[in-house]
Amino acid sequence: MKEKLVVIGNGMSGLRTIEDLFDITKDKYDITIFGEEPHLNYNRIMLSYLLSGEKTFEDTIINHQTWYDEHNITLHKGDAAVSIDKEAKTVTSRNGIILEYDKLLIATGSRAFVPPTKGSDLENVIGFRTKLDSDTILELISKDKTAVVVGGGLLGLEAAYGIAMHGIKTILVHRSGSIMSQQLDSTGGKLLQKNLESYGIEFKLNTTIEEIHGDKEVEKVSFTDGSEVSSNIVVFATGIKPEITLAKEAGIDTKKGILVNDHLQTSDENIFAIGECCEHSGNTYGLVAPLYEQAKYCAKKLAGKDSDGYSGSTLSTRLKISGVDLFSAGDYMGDETTEELILLDEKVGIYKKLVIYDNKIIGTVLYGDTADASWYLKLLKEQTDISDLRTKILFGKSALSGDTGHGGDDVSAMDDDEEICGCNGVTKGFVVNAIKEQDLKTLGEVKTCTKAGASCGSCLGIVEQILVNTLGDEYNDTVEGICDCCNVGHKEIKDTINTNDFNNVYEVFKKLDWKTEDGCAKCRPAINYYLLVKYNDDKYKNDKRSALVNDRVFANIQKDGTYSVVPRIWGGLTSPQELKDMADIAVKYDVPTVKFTGGQRLDMLGVKKEQLEPMWKDLNDAGFVSGQAYAKGLRTVKTCVGNQWCRFGTQDSMQMGVDIEKLTWGSWTPHKYKIAVSGCPRNCAEATIKDFGIIGVDSGWEIHVAGNGGIKVRVTDFLCKVETDEELFEYTKAYMQFYREDAYYLERTAHWIERVGLEYVKEVMFDDEKRKMYAASFDESQRSAQVDPWAKSIEDGYTKEFSPIVIDTENLPNYQAKETV
Amino acid sequence: MANWIKIIEAEDIPEMGSRKVVIGEEEIALFKTRDGSIFAINNVCPHKQGKLSEGLVHENVVTCPLHNWDVDLATGEALGNDSGCTNVYESKVENGFLYLNY
Repeated sequence: MKEKLVVIGNGMSGLRTIEDLFDITKDKYDITIFGEEPHLNYNRIMLSYLLSGEKTFEDTIINHQTWYDEHNITLHKGDAAVSIDKEAKTVTSRNGIILEYDKLLIATGSRAFVPPTKGSDLENVIGFRTKLDSDTILELISKDKTAVVVGGGLLGLEAAYGIAMHGIKTILVHRSGSIMSQQLDSTGGKLLQKNLESYGIEFKLNTTIEEIHGDKEVEKVSFTDGSEVSSNIVVFATGIKPEITLAKEAGIDTKKGILVNDHLQTSDENIFAIGECCEHSGNTYGLVAPLYEQAKYCAKKLAGKDSDGYSGSTLSTRLKISGVDLFSAGDYMGDETTEELILLDEKVGIYKKLVIYDNKIIGTVLYGDTADASWYLKLLKEQTDISDLRTKILFGKSALSGDTGHGGDDVSAMDDDEEICGCNGVTKGFVVNAIKEQDLKTLGEVKTCTKAGASCGSCLGIVEQILVNTLGDEYNDTVEGICDCCNVGHKEIKDTINTNDFNNVYEVFKKLDWKTEDGCAKCRPAINYYLLVKYNDDKYKNDKRSALVNDRVFANIQKDGTYSVVPRIWGGLTSPQELKDMADIAVKYDVPTVKFTGGQRLDMLGVKKEQLEPMWKDLNDAGFVSGQAYAKGLRTVKTCVGNQWCRFGTQDSMQMGVDIEKLTWGSWTPHKYKIAVSGCPRNCAEATIKDFGIIGVDSGWEIHVAGNGGIKVRVTDFLCKVETDEELFEYTKAYMQFYREDAYYLERTAHWIERVGLEYVKEVMFDDEKRKMYAASFDESQRSAQVDPWAKSIEDGYTKEFSPIVIDTENLPNYQAKETV
Repeated sequence: MANWIKIIEAEDIPEMGSRKVVIGEEEIALFKTRDGSIFAINNVCPHKQGKLSEGLVHENVVTCPLHNWDVDLATGEALGNDSGCTNVYESKVENGFLYLNY
């Protein structure tokens, strides 16, 4: 029988907990919800837009009635819970409903806090927390009266803006000297104030209300600065206080809020509390992101699953006023132990401040240009060492390295019709609209609904920025599953594989609670890869059926279903005899197109699948092996002529290229891997846009890493210089092995380095012991990897399945079986 | 009326893999899933005519090798937010041989 879960509060955090719970299990509970407000679950954050008229109430509904119906949730709208009996495990409502529960979730949120003020008990003195408040304000405001808003915090400013947008004279009083002092320093506050004044809001700072005058309703307001104004409405946005009455009366431990542990359990283990009403490690939260984070852990506990538990949140805020870009996060004030990086242009209205402690960002305020908000927040959350970035960091991610393509794009500067996803022809405007209209919250949802980033994925960073810019602090950038089959990211999968033993991908799926039995085309190749990394392919057999077509057929599929065949040409160096052999084979199989590739190979395109086996055999017989042009592994080692012929050459790049290719061929990596060797700094082999670039100099070899010549060009980072060939080989092997083990599946070296940082890679590469260890691991895995896949699949009989079964239509009746129906 | 054509021995279709059948101008992809069920489907993705026989099989779904559309092997319908449909064929195994209703 199902257990009974009763939820008190029909708001954002309670309902998010239920949604998260449903992601884990739908069958554990019968759910009943009491909601004091007579509405479905709506997005309280959008209240300001409701007030300003930029959105309708319908727009703000998160869970529609159909959702409640589909999940068999009983919702008592407009009926508040009035008491909890934790001994009898029952809840009583105002309408007299008494319900038993097995688990109870308190999500009562908070009330507006109104400081003691003379006249605050008059009619038309209101808080700004609910749809009702917003309706009341809209009813009351009128052109010939002034509206007074108290409180210069986020909510107060949004309320004042919402009212001013109706052309109403609005006065905002704030008791300190700078607005939004909880989220902004005084410089940012002044810039913001200037901007808001242009909307017609009058500010009274260092001021409070002396008295609200009136008979029954508000008529006049006098301020501590001696002035007074005739008014008919006073809106208090002076903070919130957690709604804990119910819990307190029931004898549950409370302080500021209802006290909860890391699993959001109160002092009674069957009673949970979440959202604005709860207090975790001394903190209460009034923003949505932390509440959503709490919901995750609460849902896990309710589902009976283990988790590390909630450990508090880094706060970040975005002001939801159209035309105002403002973002702040972390400790944005700093103290005497911290440093500040500041960029200020008062005229243009741009202010950026990063608070640095121990070379790490601990807080930020951005005003006027918040394009890099997500990036700074990421650096902050991941505690990235920014020593290398600090001279340029304020200019944003895109400025990091000028034209070399390190870093991202300025999304907010893009026009709506600008194409962001070249694969699927999706524009920025299309994505923004989809996010707003279809209420998309995660990158995965945006991907499925708009197709942006669903193909090559190179634009995902931009898509994510658009999501952050559109949703503000509603955006939850916690780990998403690597595909729809699961809720775990690459890191968790790798950790699990490394700490447990598995025989196949399906065992991994079981262990990590996959939603599907077989996984999908995204996760199965990834898991197969991680198992290979752990066991090498002599202890774990590479699962062909978990590989995508090219890696399975050892050829590259073309749009018409034919394949291309690319033999390996060591270091790009061939001979007249080799070329002749290849030409003969191309003629024999009537290859429609023969082309030289960018990696100095010969590409034979348009080969039918059934031709692969005989063609490979002929190539093998002529001494060729597969060029692995399809592989997530070493593709090519490209070379220039070098000092064998070139009058500028300083090193023998051709021979080195051949040697390096002999060393690395057959290896598999998270994604394709390209090497080039240039014989002098003129760099004719274009080594500085390769995963691993080697450049000969007089005294040895320079090693450059993490370049990319693809969709977004990225120039390599210089790793180091070595003097001997032996050192070069060791670095080549160690770097490739470290990438293989450390990067996520399908992460190119360029993306990997941008994620983990060059310093992190240098630390390993420059540690003699570690470097030698990685190089040795590489040697070990190469022993089983350097086998020609063409020869092997012919030998194993695997290529038999490449041939089609041709039914002779002339003689069809001969094939006809007896009629059994 | 059912018109059953004998194709190949069922065990010649690799588990989690596929074989391609050519009948006249037409290509049919045969799939065997992990539980041993066999499906026969027109070898043309409704999106850009990709050869589904080269796709990755998971449960009763094949992911097209060209642009990752998911196609339901039982109904031929594109799944998720994609829409389109390709023909499916009835199949049966008798005495170890696979027959198609063609």
